[in-house]
Amino acid sequence: MEALINMALLTLLAAVTIAIVRQHNLVGVVILASIYSFLMAGVMLVLDAVDVALTEASVGAAISTIMLLAALNLTKTREYPLKHANLVPLLLSLVVGAGLIWGSLVLPPFGVADAPIHRHVAPRYITQSMGEIGVPNMVTAVLADYRGYDTLGETTVIFVAGIGVMLLLRGRRRREPGAGKAEDRS
Amino acid sequence: MSHDVILRIGTKLILPFILLFALYVQFHGDYGPGGGFQAGVIVAAAVILVTITFGLRTARRIAPRAVVERMVPLGVFIFAATGIVSLFTGRNYLDYSNFAHDPLDAHFIGIFAVEAGVLVTVAGTMIALFYAFIERGR
Repeated sequence: MEALINMALLTLLAAVTIAIVRQHNLVGVVILASIYSFLMAGVMLVLDAVDVALTEASVGAAISTIMLLAALNLTKTREYPLKHANLVPLLLSLVVGAGLIWGSLVLPPFGVADAPIHRHVAPRYITQSMGEIGVPNMVTAVLADYRGYDTLGETTVIFVAGIGVMLLLRGRRRREPGAGKAEDRS
Repeated sequence: MSHDVILRIGTKLILPFILLFALYVQFHGDYGPGGGFQAGVIVAAAVILVTITFGLRTARRIAPRAVVERMVPLGVFIFAATGIVSLFTGRNYLDYSNFAHDPLDAHFIGIFAVEAGVLVTVAGTMIALFYAFIERGR
């Protein structure tokens, strides 16, 4: 059953990706990217990563869609047409993609318990976190306690990124002819 | 402001539940999925919904821009200050063990403070960014 759900989700992900590539209306691209995030949240849910699924659904599918639509409101909604086919990006992505697939061949099999990543600090979190932190959700214990430094860094990143975008958007606006459209938004 | 009755009444109906769910995600993060980041995004989504249906002016009455923009550094401050406080209790930075007599209570308090900081920064940033985009587009 799980394999069936996974297959359906991954097929839909591939379909959405192809649709994003073929879509030239940017509003459509944003909506498709939102659908992609929502499907990805489903994949995370199947993988039992509920915290990541919740984040993906709320940030990827909801907030970033709204932000991108708000950004499109400031720009044009049609993709800039390519003058001629460019082979260099295609070649580059093929080489990088092949390299990634080649690298994945030497990874330990999917979901194996004795993979190197599961033998470092993870056993300690699993066995000791209830006694040391007393929080049933291990993810919260790791994020807010064991790795508080990382989360402080992440919060600072959000702070810096937010301040940066606000500075860019609040700056003085260069008046272009016909740019001052007075849409009623209040 | 949207003149669609269904949208306006629907928004009013669903709004308390969105905020309640945000609180649940925030305070139940110790037991289930969630935490400050997700809860902050959900709070921001509630304000954005109000902005879309009732307009920027109404939203600014609920979440004034001055407050929202002060929330952005305030959350980082709460987080970093928790670490400073833990230094004063004789522990390492962001080690909450001495916040209370019982070490488990101490960690609970520390996680609570840190998650509150994350919520404040994330919610503030998202709402402030949305306001900035809307104002730029006017």
